[in-house]
Amino acid sequence: MAIFVDSNTKLLCQGITGSAGAFHSGQMLAYGTKLVGGVTPGKGGTFFEAPAAAGKKVPIYDTVAQAVEATGADATVIFVPPAFAADAILEAADAGIGLIVTITEGIPVLDMVRVKRAIAGQPIRLVGPNCPGVITPGACKIGIMPGHIHKEGRIGVVSRSGTLTYEAVHQLTLEGIGQSTCVGIGGDPVNGTDFIDCLSRFEADPRTDGVVMIGEIGGGAEERAAEYIRHEMKKPVVGFIAGRTAPPGKRMGHAGAIISGGKGTAQDKVAALRAAGVQVVDSPADMGRAMKDLLARRLAKSSRKPSRSPGGSKPRVKVAAKARGRAKATRAVKPAAKPARKATKKRVVAKRRAR
Amino acid sequence: MKIHEYQAKEILRRFNVPVPKGRIATTPEEAQAIARELGGAVCVVKAQIHAGGRGKGGGVKLARSPEEARARAQEILGMQLVTHQTGPAGQKVRRVLVEQGCDIARELYLGLTLDRDSSRLTLMASSEGGVEIEEVAAKHPEKILKTAIDPVVGLSSFQGRKLAYGLGLGKDVANRFVEFARALAVAYERVDASLAEINPLVLTKGGDVLALDAKINLDDNALFRHPDLAAMRDPDEEDPRENEAKQFDLSYIALEGNIGCMVNGAGLAMATMDIIKLAGGQPANFLDVGGGADAKKVTAAFKIILGDTHVRAVLVNIFGGIMKCDVIAEGIVVAAREVGLRLPLVVRLEGTNVEKGKAILAQSGLAITSADGMRDAAEKVVAAARQQAAA
Repeated sequence: MAIFVDSNTKLLCQGITGSAGAFHSGQMLAYGTKLVGGVTPGKGGTFFEAPAAAGKKVPIYDTVAQAVEATGADATVIFVPPAFAADAILEAADAGIGLIVTITEGIPVLDMVRVKRAIAGQPIRLVGPNCPGVITPGACKIGIMPGHIHKEGRIGVVSRSGTLTYEAVHQLTLEGIGQSTCVGIGGDPVNGTDFIDCLSRFEADPRTDGVVMIGEIGGGAEERAAEYIRHEMKKPVVGFIAGRTAPPGKRMGHAGAIISGGKGTAQDKVAALRAAGVQVVDSPADMGRAMKDLLARRLAKSSRKPSRSPGGSKPRVKVAAKARGRAKATRAVKPAAKPARKATKKRVVAKRRAR
Repeated sequence: MKIHEYQAKEILRRFNVPVPKGRIATTPEEAQAIARELGGAVCVVKAQIHAGGRGKGGGVKLARSPEEARARAQEILGMQLVTHQTGPAGQKVRRVLVEQGCDIARELYLGLTLDRDSSRLTLMASSEGGVEIEEVAAKHPEKILKTAIDPVVGLSSFQGRKLAYGLGLGKDVANRFVEFARALAVAYERVDASLAEINPLVLTKGGDVLALDAKINLDDNALFRHPDLAAMRDPDEEDPRENEAKQFDLSYIALEGNIGCMVNGAGLAMATMDIIKLAGGQPANFLDVGGGADAKKVTAAFKIILGDTHVRAVLVNIFGGIMKCDVIAEGIVVAAREVGLRLPLVVRLEGTNVEKGKAILAQSGLAITSADGMRDAAEKVVAAARQQAAA
């Protein structure tokens, strides 16, 4: 079943008649995604025809509400230009769509602040903006990632970057390791789904055995994820943080990738993740290899004690016990704050899972 | 986008945030005339460059008469002002702001920016005005008071009061502070700022609350709806190559090393810089050509990279994915010929038709080395740069 999307997901595309929307709608259809409708105001009643998918036709609607009523769509992918993207997200939310994947790059940050406030508390998962999308290989591709580099399997991938995610996926596939679901959470300072949302879903997903997490400089999302991993995750995580050589005060392409006021450095993020038991690789060329080694080590461990660990579940517990031991050691330093924080965290996780 | 102090103050004035009287001058004569107009016992002549730390660098001077204002402006205009933010070469001063002096009773800090953890704007105030806020944050985090702003409601009066009384202000001044903070929050939102810093915010002996200094950064992504603000861009303050890159929709940042990089995607571009360093080399730049890397963009990117005379070798790392590698390879060959590339070029391509792409590069007759994967690419380009530097 993987996370967020599967072969039952019924998708709309907002901005299907634009050049990017049209191209990628064709690619998604060709991959086998159930793209059931498109939305472009003023073009309702016409059809989108995809030469990339054997001329398949998709009906276009004027509004998202009409499209949902006619098709029963439960997800949408947004390609509309930055000036209109916030409005498009709100329109999808208003129409009751549960999964909103926003590809658009360059949305004003205050627009996203307002959007996030508007959809808070609603059962809506926003992925992005400025992201490649979500793919469950072999089942459903929502976004702009090249489908062919993926392979069905049991490793989750979550990343703030686009092409660097493709790099990681490509390495995994070359090592013979398939992916359960790959999520690009986007490179903007204000986004919807974050690392913890994805990690908690991967942790709970019976089809996922481990996670590759790719972060970059700027903000504190990786540090928060490290806290989550330290306390809640049993599955192994391989990490990479881009931007160790990036100078402070410069925006490295992504609006969110900037070291400011001494915060958001790669060094801090790497240290936090390592302290949480994540295997952080120094080289971006080692992401796939590190996951392969990690899986092999666990397999070796489980085969050494076959009677005690049927199905290889034992080592997982061991990793967790080790991580908990470390967490305890830290806890001993600050005993007062911990129990309350832990309780809140559990609730947060429960809530995230409920979504 | 960064703007000058005088431009930030223009914006603040527009939204009724109190700032000292003053105007901009480009010649000593203008400075003198403005000082005369302002009257008063003292005025301040302030160098206008984007970097902070201008006072310490000698770019802010007091003047007690219009003649003195002229003399100070004469000294400051045209100087290479060096501060901790400019680098050793400094930045040339082309304008000065001539402002009325004021009787300072107390200096505070007020800042407004996005808190990424809560996805809300956060107003920060500190009793430690006039010093670097990063320093205060590191040494005395308890001295920074914060309040998050609900985007629907805006900054409420009570939030302003919490900060004002937290700073120990008396009632009358507290009320003026609250008005100031609310006006600042409105200004921030209306101009789509990404940072507003009033440091120092001064309380005068007469009981006024004034923005003595003002720094505003604007959200580049929102400039499309503020053409008047977009016009505040000062190309003299920006790296000429970074500016040129912007015209071609490329994201370029100059660095210190000698290996030029051209990559698609910001994350992969950063990772490419990182792996060059791991292989023992130094990247000369960050350059993201974006999703659609066509021949025109690649040519522009080559020109910008080669404009940096320190570059000894170039690495192109394109994860094409959906894009066809043969098309990208043709683009690279056309671009390399057009710019007359003489430096070693290492190309790593991945995506559809990768073999066809490599064949095109091999048959081009140009000195292009193909690489398999990022590690191979980094090692090859570092070796090439060393050879070139030794030759």
